[in-house]
Amino acid sequence: MKFLFDSDTWQEIYGSIRKNKLRTFITILGVWWGIFLLVALLGAARGMENGFNKLFGNFATNSVFVWTQSTDTPFKGFQKGRRLRLKLSDIEILKQEFSSEIKLLAPRNQTNNLIIKDFKSGNFNVSGDYPVLDKIQKKNLLYGRFINENDILSEAKVCVIAEDIYKQLFDKNVNPIGEYIKINSINYKVVGVYQPSNGISFDGDAAYIPFTTFQKVYNRANKIDWMMITANDGVDIKQMEQDILLTLKNLHKVHPEDSRAFGSVNLGVEIGKVTGFLTGMQFLTWFVGIATLIAGVFAIGNILLITVKERTKEIGIRRAIGATPKEIRQQVILESVFLTTIAGMLGIFFGAVVLYVIDTLFGQGEDAALVNPTVNIPIILIAFTILIVLGTLIGMIPAYMATIIKPIEALREE
Amino acid sequence: MIEIKNLHKSYPIGKDSLHVLKGIDLHIREGEFVSIMGSSGSGKSTLLNIVGLLDEHDEGDYYLNGQLIKNLNEKKAAILRNKFLGFVFQSFNLISYKTALENVALPLYYKGVSRRERLKTAMEYLDKVGLKDWANHLPSELSGGQKQRVAIARALVTKPKVVLADEPTGALDSTTTDSVMDLLKDINDEGMTVFVITHEEEVAAQTKRVVRLKDGVIISDELTKKATQSA
Ligand SMILES: Nc1ncnc2c1ncn2[C@@H]1O[C@H](COP(=O)(O)OP(=O)(O)O)[C@@H](O)[C@H]1O
Ligand SMILES: [Mg+2]
Repeated sequence: MKFLFDSDTWQEIYGSIRKNKLRTFITILGVWWGIFLLVALLGAARGMENGFNKLFGNFATNSVFVWTQSTDTPFKGFQKGRRLRLKLSDIEILKQEFSSEIKLLAPRNQTNNLIIKDFKSGNFNVSGDYPVLDKIQKKNLLYGRFINENDILSEAKVCVIAEDIYKQLFDKNVNPIGEYIKINSINYKVVGVYQPSNGISFDGDAAYIPFTTFQKVYNRANKIDWMMITANDGVDIKQMEQDILLTLKNLHKVHPEDSRAFGSVNLGVEIGKVTGFLTGMQFLTWFVGIATLIAGVFAIGNILLITVKERTKEIGIRRAIGATPKEIRQQVILESVFLTTIAGMLGIFFGAVVLYVIDTLFGQGEDAALVNPTVNIPIILIAFTILIVLGTLIGMIPAYMATIIKPIEALREE
Repeated sequence: MIEIKNLHKSYPIGKDSLHVLKGIDLHIREGEFVSIMGSSGSGKSTLLNIVGLLDEHDEGDYYLNGQLIKNLNEKKAAILRNKFLGFVFQSFNLISYKTALENVALPLYYKGVSRRERLKTAMEYLDKVGLKDWANHLPSELSGGQKQRVAIARALVTKPKVVLADEPTGALDSTTTDSVMDLLKDINDEGMTVFVITHEEEVAAQTKRVVRLKDGVIISDELTKKATQSA
């Protein structure tokens, strides 16, 4: 190993590389391309993944949403086209029947109202919610807090507003907490301001008020618009979704085959599709990258083999003046490893540059296709180790060829 | 220094074998200046390569500096070559992408001498062969005679016991031949054993002992006028 840290070893390698510029260039090209592909593709795949993650961002990834529509099949004396409404009693039954599957359940009511603060006003969504909503779809709070249990119990006139509502209704630099705004002519105290996520949102720029307050103010009695459900870990969400729908159909006297009565979206299944696609892409990237890498390293081995043949005479001279076969082999292998490593570093560098360019071109803005396309250090280290190992292995063949013939025969070579 | 007893060497050619050296007896003492004469194909190079540990003999005994040479592996041979022997070839055999100085310094690299020391010593030897000003030139920028002088400097730089030269003037014109032979003579005068192959009588005449080979055997072995003059 000592020879690795000997400046003379490198002097020799530098000399032979400098002498064979074209060969060096060609050798480097293959590996460069392989590692470049690997870095660039993995980075792009990562960027897409980040993009998707941002899209689904604040949702628990095992969420199911359920709402009502109208029936498409007559059943038990009811005509088709009957409109349905979810009820709070449905919620209680679901919670009991699926106590081991359901982790969180948020019944929701929503409407659209004029909101006024002093002389400013605007139309916004208003949503009646339980504190549990913050667990299903995390609210990024800029000021204050979200709705809490006390608000629910006391049917408090409090609200948590979106950043845009705050900006539209309040003067700059005014602390909104404790201020009052009018929603549908009723005064509510602002207790929190949140920043809506960039991804999927069903609420838009909403003002959240306690579920119980909404119930009373808007006369909803025990009716609800829709609900969000998240499953416990390890639960088959697709199955849970079907079972819940069947239970609801039973409760509402809807034909079990009715496909319109209840609408639902299973975020888990949707995300599964996307992550499956992403995993496939990453797998393909590794496959393509490593295959190219191996091809590149083989090219290095091949070219080194040719140059060893070309340099037979030189090797003969070196041996005549005292180089041992081991010294010759070490040099050939080190050249191989050195070339692969240099090529690898260049590949990583250019890959990083391309990712940077992609990031500046496609990675900026709210709805960017790629978000922060990067390749992490461990992956680069893995690629690097593979390179060094392959470079050593492949270098052994020409190294062996370099010393297999006797020095006298090597010298006779023209 | 070099002691050879009943040495035989054959090359296999297909199923047959070509018997090149047929019982050579030769004793060269330290400080001698010996030339080997003989027509082409008489086995001169074969003998020199065996002496130089670049090739192996089939039969007989060979002692180099008192050490019996037998079943050497490549590594031991390389170390012995580096320690005891310096080579000068007809076709110079300089490394084309290294400067004169680097070429001369290369044997010291394999000897494990530090770079600084190496370049210093190499420069001394280049000076000795009169090419100090050409140190940083590539072989392609040197004339034949200059190249051979660089090769001689390279052969000497490790302070070997014996310098082996296979037709060192074979590719040179008569004036440069003389300068190269003068150089070898100077080296010999300093006490180095020099062993030269040639087929030119004028070249052989400048050495002190001429061994004549024919068909793989020594037909004559005598001292030259030079030897008697200097004695
Ligand atoms: N490696 C070899 N294989 C087969 N024959 C060889 C080999 N080297 C030399 N010879 C033959 O051995 C004979 C002596 O060669 P060599 O020693 O080179 O002669 P010289 O140097 O006196 O001209 C020649 O006939 C040559 O063809
Ligand atoms: Mg010859």
